[in-house]
Amino acid sequence: MSDKNKRLDLSYSQMKWETIFKRILIVMSVIMLLLVAGTLVTLIVKSMPTIKSLGIGYLWGKVWDPVNNVYGARPFLMGTLLTSFTAIIISTPFSYAVAIYLGEYNTKGWLSNLLKNTVELIAAVPSIIYGFWALFVLVPIVRSFEMKIGVTPYGVGAFSASLVLAVMIIPYAASLGTSLIRMVPSPLKEGAYALGATRFEVIRSVILPFTRSGLFAGILLSLGRALGETMAVTILIGNTSAIGNTFKDVFFGPGNTMASVIANEFSEADHDLYYSALIELGLVLFFVTVIINLIGKRIITKYTNK
Amino acid sequence: MKVVKSLQSAIVAIAATCFTLSASAQDNTLLGAGSTFVNPLFSKIFADYAAKTDVKVNYQSIGSGGGILQLTNKTVDFGGSDAPLNAEQVKKIGVPVLHVPMASGAVVITYNIPGVTAALNLTGKDIADIYLGKITNWNSPEIAATNKGVKLPDLGIVVVHRSDGSGTSYIFTDYLTKVNPDWASKVGKASAVNWPAGLGGKGNDGVSGLVKQTPGAIGYVELIYALQNKMGFANIQNKSGKYITPTLESTTAASNVELPPNAEVSLTNTDAPKGYPISSFTWALIYKEQNYSDRSAARAKMLLSLLWYNIHDGQKNCVALNYAPLSKSAVKVAEAILKSATYNGKPIL
Amino acid sequence: MDARIKLRNTKSILFKALIIFLAFVITLPLIVVLLYIIKMGVVQVNWSFLVHAPTPEGVAGGGIANALVGSLLMVGMSAVVAIPVGLLAGIYLSENPGTRLAYYTGLCVDILQGVPSIVVGIVIYFWIVKPFGFSAISGSIALAIMMLPIVVRSTEQTLLLLPDSLKEAALSLGVPYHRVIMKVIVPCGFAGILSGIILSIARIIGETAPLLFTALGNVYISTKVTGPMDSLPHLIYFYSKSPYQDQIDQAWGASFILLMFVLILNITTKLITRKWNIQL
Repeated sequence: MSDKNKRLDLSYSQMKWETIFKRILIVMSVIMLLLVAGTLVTLIVKSMPTIKSLGIGYLWGKVWDPVNNVYGARPFLMGTLLTSFTAIIISTPFSYAVAIYLGEYNTKGWLSNLLKNTVELIAAVPSIIYGFWALFVLVPIVRSFEMKIGVTPYGVGAFSASLVLAVMIIPYAASLGTSLIRMVPSPLKEGAYALGATRFEVIRSVILPFTRSGLFAGILLSLGRALGETMAVTILIGNTSAIGNTFKDVFFGPGNTMASVIANEFSEADHDLYYSALIELGLVLFFVTVIINLIGKRIITKYTNK
Repeated sequence: MKVVKSLQSAIVAIAATCFTLSASAQDNTLLGAGSTFVNPLFSKIFADYAAKTDVKVNYQSIGSGGGILQLTNKTVDFGGSDAPLNAEQVKKIGVPVLHVPMASGAVVITYNIPGVTAALNLTGKDIADIYLGKITNWNSPEIAATNKGVKLPDLGIVVVHRSDGSGTSYIFTDYLTKVNPDWASKVGKASAVNWPAGLGGKGNDGVSGLVKQTPGAIGYVELIYALQNKMGFANIQNKSGKYITPTLESTTAASNVELPPNAEVSLTNTDAPKGYPISSFTWALIYKEQNYSDRSAARAKMLLSLLWYNIHDGQKNCVALNYAPLSKSAVKVAEAILKSATYNGKPIL
Repeated sequence: MDARIKLRNTKSILFKALIIFLAFVITLPLIVVLLYIIKMGVVQVNWSFLVHAPTPEGVAGGGIANALVGSLLMVGMSAVVAIPVGLLAGIYLSENPGTRLAYYTGLCVDILQGVPSIVVGIVIYFWIVKPFGFSAISGSIALAIMMLPIVVRSTEQTLLLLPDSLKEAALSLGVPYHRVIMKVIVPCGFAGILSGIILSIARIIGETAPLLFTALGNVYISTKVTGPMDSLPHLIYFYSKSPYQDQIDQAWGASFILLMFVLILNITTKLITRKWNIQL
């Protein structure tokens, strides 16, 4: 009898532990929700002063002049979009090439593995190291290039930042593309081969159309990275809030992105409006990257469930 | 099972080390942040002070604007700034802040013109026009007029300014505002202004780095940074019309003024005939009432003793690093300011 | 007819050549960066470089011990925070797929993964730095937030791959639920979870942006977690703007050390995933 009671007690305490454990699991998941909600609320509350006093016009105001309390985010929106899209345009052919090579031409073997690991390593190197290296090696090269084509040889600027960004974001689109291309059902490809299609024609008319939305999602993920990238860009962008007059000035000259202006000025913004204007930039950055990432993820889930 | 256990014990071990390490660390570190202008001097003085007294001072050169903001947010023990607080900052802080003068220094106009080794002569007006984007080439007639005999190349001027809120920028724009009405009306003086032209570098070091790397660049940095980097710098025309080389003597000449009791005074565009026109005091900023956010009296005492050391023994480091030491009368004013600091209303020193 | 086939074949071969060229050319920047950092950095590294704090600006000598100690301590602390939370949240996601909470948690994990690191820095500044001052703890928490999504996702995905029969067998023996999870399921997926953890550490050890406004920096070797602390990436960032050649040289050395950490962590992950044959 007493033995049985003991056992019952034991199982009661075990059951108690079971409930506690399950509760802990729930609490931990709720922490994720709280983190995101807290981030959002903090950003919104702290950027209220600018949202209230400047409204939506803040986003395309041309002038950023903390001395006279004039704030417009256009220079940074332009800088961010310019560097990110240039980087995407430069990197896409390369990431597609890696994806097609690893997904179709050479899926197994040491060479394939080597390339796969090397490309993944690109994403592993910290952005500060890319920035530091580029400042001392790439920037002088860009400068002499700018002298040759006859623009002011700043060296640092949107162009240098885009080049480095382009390399940094390749792995995101490439590795996703690789696994998607490998998922193309072989009957489709075999059918095309049986009809006498060449390898190129199979890739162009079967594989690419089949994986189109997935490859697009990969580019979105890369874009999300590029938009939020801070350190390498801060080192290389030149840090000026004035917008150049000609496209040449904007493209080769110094600029600023949303992330770089926060990194530069957040620790010293000495009046309230200035402060909250910077935080609103963070809020915009948060929204844009989150939306882009979620769309990308949605496409991938839809695609892989098909 | 084994692996989970080992993971658990690893986590416990790391946590335990963190706690013991932090428990063993004594609380004898003061935290300062701000001016990059004064950083070489501060890092030397503080290294000496740590060797002597075991009090470590962690000074982070994040820019004067940052120093003021972090002092306002009460995240540091003292701020370093090359500009006195402006009206809005005073209002935001809400309680009295003491400006303790530490030394004075010169801001020099440095440039990188391949082939030009002689020091250029520049007037304040021309410098303002360069920074306004009106003079864009090194061979322009305005620069040639003050530099007869120097062969200036046909090279675009790359304007470099500070990207961060900076006391150096304040000194520089304060000077330009005094000498060029166009600058005064279009840009004005502040630690971070809306620069009409050029590219930004973060910190004195960022600017000198950019100037060093960019042919045709012009920038403004604290004297020591130009000397350390063996960069050329210009002689600037002062109020009495002479072209003055920034040196220890010319800075000292400019700083030899009668200080007001609160020590907030501008030295730019000095009247002294041998004074270099772009010089300024640099201040340590502390709260007058030291009992805030649970600070102990001991900590307040530690801070005040440090600053007392700075204005006395620390001054001997000034000359070697090309800062002008405080004059005897300035030390007296600084002493009075330090003595006015209180803890719970009672004087600390 | 023959000519057309020939043309199509040539096209196909040319395309393949182009793809191979592009795919391999892109590894060049990485190789150049790695070799350059190693070449510039390796000469800087010696014992005294690793165990000394920096000298005052402009005085020769000194090392990066302040940053080395700070980086290890802060990464260690964020691991202590992020691993249990991430692991348990990952378990929840894999055990309760389809519930509403799991859906929103998954969504939030995706969001966290996309949040730019600088934004995390701002938020932590308001949460911790403003009330308590600059501290290594605030830096660690910022890093932990960067680390969480990777830990959660790798845990979830590894556990989802395990066969249900494993859990069912254990439960049918009368083993209570929490013991099944902690003693059977998690150990079975240990390799995958561990590689996720290592990968996340490799990611945060190089993060700079969240530390700018939180851990601030320190010129002394400090182990006081409630005070400011330096870190390797932060030191590289500050020295990169330095006018002193000395400090730039030291930044190359610091980059080299940081790079070695990252490489070793990544290779370890590769070895683990290969040995246990897991897909991440």
